[in-house]
This record gives sequence, structure tokens and C-alpha cells, in this order.
Amino acid sequence: MDSARTATTMTASAVVLGIALGLGGCAVGTGGSATQDDTDYDSSAALTGKLTVMGFGASDEVATSRLDPTKEELGSDVDVDVELIEGDLDIQQFLSSVASGQPPELLYANRDQIGSLAARGALLPLDACIAGEGIDTGQYRDTAIAQVTFGDEIYGIPEFNGIQITMANGDLLDATGLTLDDVNGSDPAAVTAASAALAKPDANPPVIGYDSKLPEFLPLWAKANGADLISEDGRTAELDDPAVVDALEWAVGIYDAQGGFSSVKAVRDSADFFGSGNQFATNALGAMPMEQWYLNVLNDVSPDAPLVFDTVRDRQGQPLAYASGSAWAIPAGSENTAAACRWARVMTSVDAWQAAADARLAARQDEGKPFTGILTANVEADEAIRAMVTSGGEPWDSGVTAMYEANDHTFSLPANPADAEFKSVWQDAVNRVLNGQQEPQEALGQAQDEAQKALDKAWATLDGE
Amino acid sequence: MASDTAVRPARSRRSSRETAPVRPSLRRARRRNLLAALAFLSPWIVGFAVFTLWPLIYSGYLSLTDYDVINDPSFVGLDNYAQLFADPKVALALGNTLFYAVLQIPAYVIVSLVLAVLLDRAGRASGFFRTVFFLPKMTPPVAVGVLFLLLFNGQNGLVNGALGLVGIDGPAWTTDPAWVKPGLILMSLWTVGSSVIILLAALRSVPEDVLEAARLDGANGLQVTWRVTVPLISPALFFIVIINTINALQTFDEVYTAFFGGGNTTYSNDAALFYVIYLFQQAFEFLHMGYASALAWLLFVIIMAITAVQFVVSRKVVYYEGGDR
Repeated sequence: MDSARTATTMTASAVVLGIALGLGGCAVGTGGSATQDDTDYDSSAALTGKLTVMGFGASDEVATSRLDPTKEELGSDVDVDVELIEGDLDIQQFLSSVASGQPPELLYANRDQIGSLAARGALLPLDACIAGEGIDTGQYRDTAIAQVTFGDEIYGIPEFNGIQITMANGDLLDATGLTLDDVNGSDPAAVTAASAALAKPDANPPVIGYDSKLPEFLPLWAKANGADLISEDGRTAELDDPAVVDALEWAVGIYDAQGGFSSVKAVRDSADFFGSGNQFATNALGAMPMEQWYLNVLNDVSPDAPLVFDTVRDRQGQPLAYASGSAWAIPAGSENTAAACRWARVMTSVDAWQAAADARLAARQDEGKPFTGILTANVEADEAIRAMVTSGGEPWDSGVTAMYEANDHTFSLPANPADAEFKSVWQDAVNRVLNGQQEPQEALGQAQDEAQKALDKAWATLDGE
Repeated sequence: MASDTAVRPARSRRSSRETAPVRPSLRRARRRNLLAALAFLSPWIVGFAVFTLWPLIYSGYLSLTDYDVINDPSFVGLDNYAQLFADPKVALALGNTLFYAVLQIPAYVIVSLVLAVLLDRAGRASGFFRTVFFLPKMTPPVAVGVLFLLLFNGQNGLVNGALGLVGIDGPAWTTDPAWVKPGLILMSLWTVGSSVIILLAALRSVPEDVLEAARLDGANGLQVTWRVTVPLISPALFFIVIINTINALQTFDEVYTAFFGGGNTTYSNDAALFYVIYLFQQAFEFLHMGYASALAWLLFVIIMAITAVQFVVSRKVVYYEGGDR
């Protein structure tokens, strides 16, 4: 190659590389912003600036009714420009915003995402926010606060609460001489027997006896059996605890007795879950534990379905529910922490929830349907809303009673820096058992090793080892 | 001999140009030309530099670090690469991906070719069917993932319904680990439309006189297709094999939607853990961006190696008219 061509090639390469390094370098984020919060929070201070909220959608009256007074409290019609980035939190979108140095001012996330993000310094501790805005954390459920507490500091203000109750087809129970006590989980052997009595896998259409809702409800069955999946401090996996293995064996056995998980799942998937052809209305399911919101769905689409409700119960017969839900958190690098904190306070206040309940009650009355309540992470708000619940007659009133009873008997998994991996590991283990690839003991043994490695690595990074 | 004499003067010209001093005005003109060329190329250069070259370089650097997107990367040397070889899920994901690729690529090419040959003979209806075959390609991959769950539902899916009509009790495509990948391979054939169009264009460029000569020599239809048509369209077939190999090794959207997306915990299945899905999980769910970068580089090396082998093999099996590649 002659020297002129060499020079040309070198020049062109240098230009391309220079542009790559120059412009690309601009794309390198300013993530890892200091998690020191110097904001002077004051609940009476006038606020200014922009407030970008990621992960929250104002899609129903419960959201919009709280949104308007919250904006008013912020002074949005004067100085605060609120921008909602709607839809469920997209963690990829959030990370991109962090990496580009432009995180949103406020984040709406699942509580089980808080630990991982807080551990990496992506969220601000809210102690100063809580003190400055006068947020009474005593109002919030302990289990909800535990989920957003990491290293003795609170990183999120809990919002909704999610729990499970037992839902069953009363006609199918009656026809087989069974009662709710046989399917509420208090006696595992009774549930197994009831499932066998209710199931008709070869019928057309087939009938599922009992659906133990694996893999997602393993924590519930483990707790009912007296075990947790992880230690209270979030450092030690307890997946190979014999009580957890026993719980999994039992829950999988329910499927095995009905032809295996594949068969049950195929029937489950073929149901019109959100419509009038749901599995209870069509007598295709005997019983299952399910989140409380499904009670409203059933009441809406099949008010005459032969349903009966109870809480899920532990081996001692006590109500039990696995709490989950959402929370407000302030990302590190937020440019309007004061407005973000005010928003979190107002949106989760008793007054805001009361306004939401008023709006939902009015909407339900317009439709001629009962108001079955809203579950929040705020105990005082729950009490106020419960007083507003209207009767829908049976079985819906019993369903609402079971829902509130379960809400008073919840547990949660503690926040830890490897939340996502831990969850993935135990769910993968359950799926390997459901798919017939491993036995419960072996799957949970493998999961224990994988989970502990992930936890050790995450904690070691955090502890600076 | 003739070619030798033709080349020599060129060499001597180049030689004299190298030794002759370049006049300043000529140098200025060359520089102006270079700058003008760069200016015209700059939109592409900027795009390439920012969206391809820089991420390539940066991911190479990240693969040597522990990086969670939120905090600054910390250098860990080759630890991520060492972890690759000790991670059983890498082997699992790689095995799943290769299994899928080995079966999917031939199936995809054969189906594409058969449809293209049929279209080539379809006469005036060809245009209609060409559109029909291409339409599924317009379906978003996420929708294909959802469709997979509906069509291949073991209880009431259309596929098992059709199998039932001929007395076959179809498997649990979406949950049985042994049938998950075969189901996905069948589903991937949904989008053969673009390959069919390419092969159809290649088929129509086959000279009619060559085919006629073969027939006059006594070749039957199958012989004409296999011995004349296929060799003549082998560059197009090779292109489809290369592109489809890369696509198969990077399979993500449909499978992630069907088995791992949107909190789809009850569908999550080791048999569907493809390599890029595992890479995505490490990067965006577990925030191990450094490890994910190492995974990406391993995949890059694998794809390069397979593509190189395909190019070597192509020298023997691909026919380029005129001998040019």
C-alpha cells in the first residue's frame, strides 16, 4: 500500500475512532450519583421545578382521585410540572435514565425491587424526607415497611398492598361433601384428598380439583409450613429447609395427582380468566388461593358464580397471606427530591386513600355493584375504607371479610441486594420440579447453592469485602 | 502470458508513482477529495461510530469489569470470562440455542425453498400468495410469542386440535421440556416470508435456456431442480443460511415473551432458556452488565467462528456465475 493510501486509511480510521470515543463518551452515564441527600424537607415549603414520575399510570379512579389533590398540594398549577411516564416500571428504561444521568425525580416500583436498587445506591434513603414531611411510618403495615427497609434505612413509602385468599366453587364442594376447611390449607392432607375428589382430568371439559398456584405461591406454602425462604436479615437462603422441601412436595403432589402440571396448566390457560367464562363460573376449578383483586373481577363478570371464600390458613388454622405491593422511591440524582417526597406523602396519606375510596364507591354505585374495598399499606386508611364497604350479599361479603382478615395476618420476604436473582432462583427450581426435570429435594438443594452464592456476592460487594 | 504483460506496466506505473515526488497542488487536491468524501460519508460514519463501534469497544471494556449500570465499573480482569466456563447456565443456554439452530435452520431453508418453488410455478396467483406468505413477517415478535402460547396450548391449542383430527394426541408444547424447542422451531416457520421472496427472486433469475438445455439432455423435473436450479440459486441459499444462522443464535423476542416476559413465572422453563435470554437476564434483571458483556463477546466469537466455517464450506458448495464472489 502506498504512503498516501496509508495516510488516507489512517486518517479515516482516526476520524471514526475519534467520533466513536468522543460522542460515545458523552453517552457514558453519570450513574452512581452520591446517595447523600442534602434536601431541606419541609411539609409547608413552597415547591418549584419539574417532577417526572416513572412507573405510575393514572388509569382508574383510585389513581386519578389521588392524583388531583396531590398535584394541588405540590402546587402543580403554579410551579411544579408533573410528567408521568406511565406503565409498569420498566427497569431497563430506569437504568437507561440513570446511565444517561437523567433519572426521574420519582419512581413507582414493586416493593421487592427496592432492595436491589437501594443496595446499588440507585435510591435515596428517605429518613430525612420522612422526618421533614412528617410522614408517620407508624401508620404503615410492618410487613410493607420491612420490604422497603434496607440496612436500617427506609427507601420507599409503601402504597398498595396485595394478599391472597382462598376462593372455591361452593357447588363443587357441596357435591363432593367438602367444606372450605378442606381447601383452605390448614390441613395439607385434607387439601390433597379434596383435590382428588374434585378433580376430573378426563372429563370434557376437564375439572381442576385444587390449584396450588406454583411457582409463585411457594413462599406462602413454606410459611404455612412454618418456614421462610430467606433469613430475616436477608443474608442467608433457607431454600433447602426441610419444611420448604416438604411444602413444595405437597404443592407439586397436588398437580401430580391430577395428571401433572402440564395438564393442569393447559386447563388453567384455556379458561376465560377475566371474563364470564372464568373457571369458577364454568365449574372448571374446585379451589385455589388467589390475590384479592380477583374477587372484584369475579364480582364484576360472574356475580352469580357459586363462590365461597376463606383466608389461606397455616397448619395451626391461622389466617396467612404473603404481602406484596408497590412503593414510592426517590432515585439518587433526582433533581426535585422535595417535590418527590411531598408526592409520596400525599399519595399514601389517609386523606388521599379516603378520596380514592369515595371515587371507587361512587363508580361502583353508578354500576349498581358493591364496593368491596381497597387494600393499602396504610393501616389507618384501610380502617377508614373498610367502614365504607357496601354489602354485595353473599358470597361477596364473606370474601371481603376474608380479605381484611388476611390483610391483618401477612408476612413478607426481607429486602436484600440480590432480590431479583433470589426470586429467579427459587422460581426456576420450582419450575424444574413442575416440568419433571428434578425432585423437590434436588431442585431446592441446587437453588440453595445458587441463591446463597448470589446473596454472598451481593452482600460482599455491599459490605466492601 | 498475455495477462503477465498486461500487469507489468501497471506495476511499473505504481512503482514510478511511489518514487516520484507528489506535487503540492496534487496533495491539496487529494486532501480536498478526502475531506469531501468524509463529509458525504459523515452521516453513516457518525451513526456507525456511535451506535456500533463505540458500543463494541465499550462492551469489550465492560466485560473486564464488575458493572451494575448504576455505579462506576470496577476492573476485574478476566474474572467474568472465567465465570462463563464455570456457570452451568451458560452451557444450558448454549446447548438450547445450538439445538434450536441446528434443527431450525435446515427446516427454515427447506420450507422457504419449497414455498418459493411452488410460488414460481403458481402463475398469476403468485403475487397473491407472495403477499400472504409475507404477511406473518409483519407480525410483531411479541405477538408471535403470545400466539405460540395460544396455538400450541396442549389442551385446546389449534395445533393439537389439528393433530387430533388425524388421531394424534399432541404433546404439551408449552410446558414439556422435551417439546418446547420443537414447538418453537415450528413457530419460527411462521416468518419464512422474507426468505421465500429472496429465493423466488433468485429462481426467476435462473436463465430459461439453461433449464431448457438440461431438459433437452433428458433431465427430469427433480433433476433439473436439484442439479441446475439449486446450484444456480446457491448464493441466495447461502445468504439465507448465513442470516438465519445469526438470527437463530440470537433468538430472543418471541421466546422471551412466551416464557419469561411480564412476570410469566409459570411458563419459565429451562428448555427455553436461550443464550440471549440469559444474557438479557444477567444484564437487565440481575444488573450484572460486566458479566453480560462477557457473554455477548462469547456469542460474538461463536457466531464469527460458525460464519467463517460456513464461508469455507461455501467455496465448495456455492456456485457464483462468472466465478466472482
